Amino acid sequence: MTDATAQIKANYMALTSRRRLYGGLTLLIFVLLMASGFSIAEDRNAGGFWEGLHRLGDYPAAVLSEAWEKRADLPMLLVKYLPSLIETINIAAVSTLIGAMGGLVLSLLATRGLARWPWAIPLVRRALDIMRAVPEIVIALVLIFVLGGGPVPAMIAIAIHTVGALGKMFSEVAENADLKPVDGLKSTGASWSQQMLLGVIPQVAPNYLSYTLLRFEINIRASAILGFVGAGGIGYELRNSMAWGPGRFDEAAAIFILLFGTIVLFDQVSSRYRNRLTEGTQ
Amino acid sequence: MADLSLLQQETDALFSRKKWIGFAVPAVILTYFVYVFFAFDIPGLAQRAKMENAVILASDSWSYKTHVTRSHRDGAIDYAIEGERKGRYPEGTRPDWVSGEDEVVVDLGDGAIVTLFPDNYTEIDVPGFGKIEAQLEGGKITTNRGNDVPDWIKAGPRRVSVFTENGRVTLTRSKTEIFRYAGGWELFFFTLASPYHGVGLGKILFGDQIDPERSNLQGAWQDFWGNPMWRHGDVLWAIGETILMAFLGTFGAAMVALPLAFLAAKRFTPILALRFGMRRIFDFVRGVDGLIWTIVLARAFGPGPMTGALAILITDTGTFGKMFSEALENVDNKQIEGVSSTGAKPLQRYRFGVIPQIVPVLIAQVLYFLESNTRSATIIGAITGGGIGLLLTQAMQTQKDWEEVAYYIVLVIVMVMVMDWLSGWLRGRLIGKKD
Repeated sequence: MTDATAQIKANYMALTSRRRLYGGLTLLIFVLLMASGFSIAEDRNAGGFWEGLHRLGDYPAAVLSEAWEKRADLPMLLVKYLPSLIETINIAAVSTLIGAMGGLVLSLLATRGLARWPWAIPLVRRALDIMRAVPEIVIALVLIFVLGGGPVPAMIAIAIHTVGALGKMFSEVAENADLKPVDGLKSTGASWSQQMLLGVIPQVAPNYLSYTLLRFEINIRASAILGFVGAGGIGYELRNSMAWGPGRFDEAAAIFILLFGTIVLFDQVSSRYRNRLTEGTQ
Repeated sequence: MADLSLLQQETDALFSRKKWIGFAVPAVILTYFVYVFFAFDIPGLAQRAKMENAVILASDSWSYKTHVTRSHRDGAIDYAIEGERKGRYPEGTRPDWVSGEDEVVVDLGDGAIVTLFPDNYTEIDVPGFGKIEAQLEGGKITTNRGNDVPDWIKAGPRRVSVFTENGRVTLTRSKTEIFRYAGGWELFFFTLASPYHGVGLGKILFGDQIDPERSNLQGAWQDFWGNPMWRHGDVLWAIGETILMAFLGTFGAAMVALPLAFLAAKRFTPILALRFGMRRIFDFVRGVDGLIWTIVLARAFGPGPMTGALAILITDTGTFGKMFSEALENVDNKQIEGVSSTGAKPLQRYRFGVIPQIVPVLIAQVLYFLESNTRSATIIGAITGGGIGLLLTQAMQTQKDWEEVAYYIVLVIVMVMVMDWLSGWLRGRLIGKKD
C-alpha cells in the first residue's frame, strides 16, 4: 500500500518537474526572444533607448510650456481646428456605417444555415478575410494617388477594413442565432431578406450594435492616423503643425487636446452604451 | 373588458412607436449621408480624381518598359530596363528584338518597327499608317507628316512623340528614346549584370559552375538576395522589422499590463484611490493614442523600429490593463479559497489561484492583438520611419516603380495573413480550439 502511494508520488513529482521544466524552457525562449528583439530593434533605431529615455519628456514639456505661455490663444485655436476634427469624426462615422451595413449583409451570407447561397459561403468568407487583412494605409495611399488627398480615400479604406472586421464578428454572432423564427417565417413564404430582417436581425441586433460601436471607437483612431499620411482631417493638420516646428507648438497642443478629448469622450460613451446593450436595460 | 382595451391601446402605441423608429432611423442615416456627400465634396471629386493615374497604376504594376536611348551628340545607343543604371544591359549585349549594326532596327511588336539611321535620322514604320520619317538638323526636328497627324503622334519642332500599341518613340534635341513595354516583373530574380540572369533553375542547381569564383547555389543566392533592382534582402528585413515592432509591442505591453491590472481590480486592491488612479492612467494612455505616442517617442528616440515598438507597447498597455483588470474582476473565488486553505502565501495564491483562471482570456486577447498590431506597425512604420510601411510610402511617393509598390502590397497582405494564421494556430495550441 505504501509502495503504491510512493509510486504515485514519485510519478506525480516526475510529471510536475517535467512540466516545470517545459514551462521554464518556454519562458526562457520567450525572454530570449524579447531581449534579442529589443536589441535588434535598438540597433536599427536611429537613437538608442537609454540615450533617448531622458529626452522623452522634452517634447511634451516644450509643447505644454509653449501652449501654457500662449494659453490665451488656445480657445481660438481649438475653434480653428474644430472643422478638421469634425471631418475626422465624419470619416470614422461614415466608414463605420458603410462597414456595418456591408458587414451585416456579408455576415449573413457567410453564416451556415442562414446564407442565401450556401455554396458561396467559402467565397464570402475569403473575401471578408482579404478585406480584413489589407491594412488601411495600403488602400488609402493607392486611393490618394488616384483621387487626390482628402477625406474620401481614408473613408473608403477604413470602410473596406470595417466590412471585413465586422463581417467576421457578426457572422460569429449570427452562428449562435436561433433558427426557429427563420423556419417560422419561411413557412409563411417570406423571402430571404424578410426572413433575415424579421427573424435574425432582432436576435442579433444588440451584439451587432455593440460591435459597431467598438469599431467606431477604433475607426476614429484610424482616421486620425490616416490623416497623418495625407488623408485629411485632424491628422493632416497635426502633421502640418509639426512641420512648422518650435514657435507653433501651441497649434500642435490644441490638436493634441482635441484628439485626446475626442477619443476619451467616444471611448467612455461607447463603453457605457455597450455595457447597457450587452447586459440589458434594467 | 377595460383591461383588454387598455392592453390594445398599449400595443397600438408600441406598434406605432416601432413603426416610427423603423422610418426614422433610416431617414436619419440617409440625411447624414447626404450631409457627408456635400461635406466631403464628392461632386467635386470627379474633377479632382486623376483617372490617368489609375491607368498608370493598373498597367505599370504588372508591366515594365525597356528604354533604347540614342544620344544625339555621339550616336551611342544605350539599352536599359526602366532606364535605370542598375537595369542596364552590359556592354556588348542588347535585347533580342534589336538588330542591325549601322542601321539599328528596333522591333516594337505588332509590326511596328523603328529604324535608327546614322546622322540622327529615324524612321518609324507603323502598320496600317505608313512610315514616319524624322530628322534632327540644326536643333530642329522635321517630319515627313507635317502638322496633319492623328492624335497618337505629337509633332513639334522641339519634340516628336509617337505612341504605338506596345511602345513609344520620343525624339528631342538631345536624344531619341524608344520605350518597349512588356508584361511581368522584370529582373525579379537577377539583374542583367548577374551571370545567372536568364539561366533556368535546373541549370543553376544541377548544371556546370557558371561563375568560377562562387558555387552556383551560393552565387545565385547572393545575386538574388542582393538584387539591386528589387532589394529582396532589404525588403525582407523591413518585413521582419514590422513584425518585430508588433511582437515586442504586444508582448511587452502584456507583461507590463499584467501586474498593473492587479492594482486596478477591485478584488485585489481594496484601496480605492490607487485603483481609481490606475484606471485613469490606463484611460489616459489609451486616449493619447498610438499616433501621438509615435510622434512623442520619435522625438526622443529618433526614427526606427524601437520607436514603433514602444509606441505600440505604451498604447496597448492601456488597452490590456483595462481588459486584464476586467478579467481579474471576474475570477472565481473558490479556487483562490482552495489554494489559501492549504496555507499558501499571497503570491502563491495569485500564482495558483488566479493566474490559471485568466491565462486563457489573456492569451486569446494578446494573440488577437498581435495580428492587429502587425497592421498598426505597418502604418506606424510609415510615420516613424521603419519597416515595410516606410518602403511602401517611399515607393508610392516617388510615383515611379509601380511594380515595386505592387510587390510591397502583396508582401504586406501575405504578412498580415500569415500573422493571422499564426495567431489563430497558437491560440488553438495554447488554449484549445473554440469550435
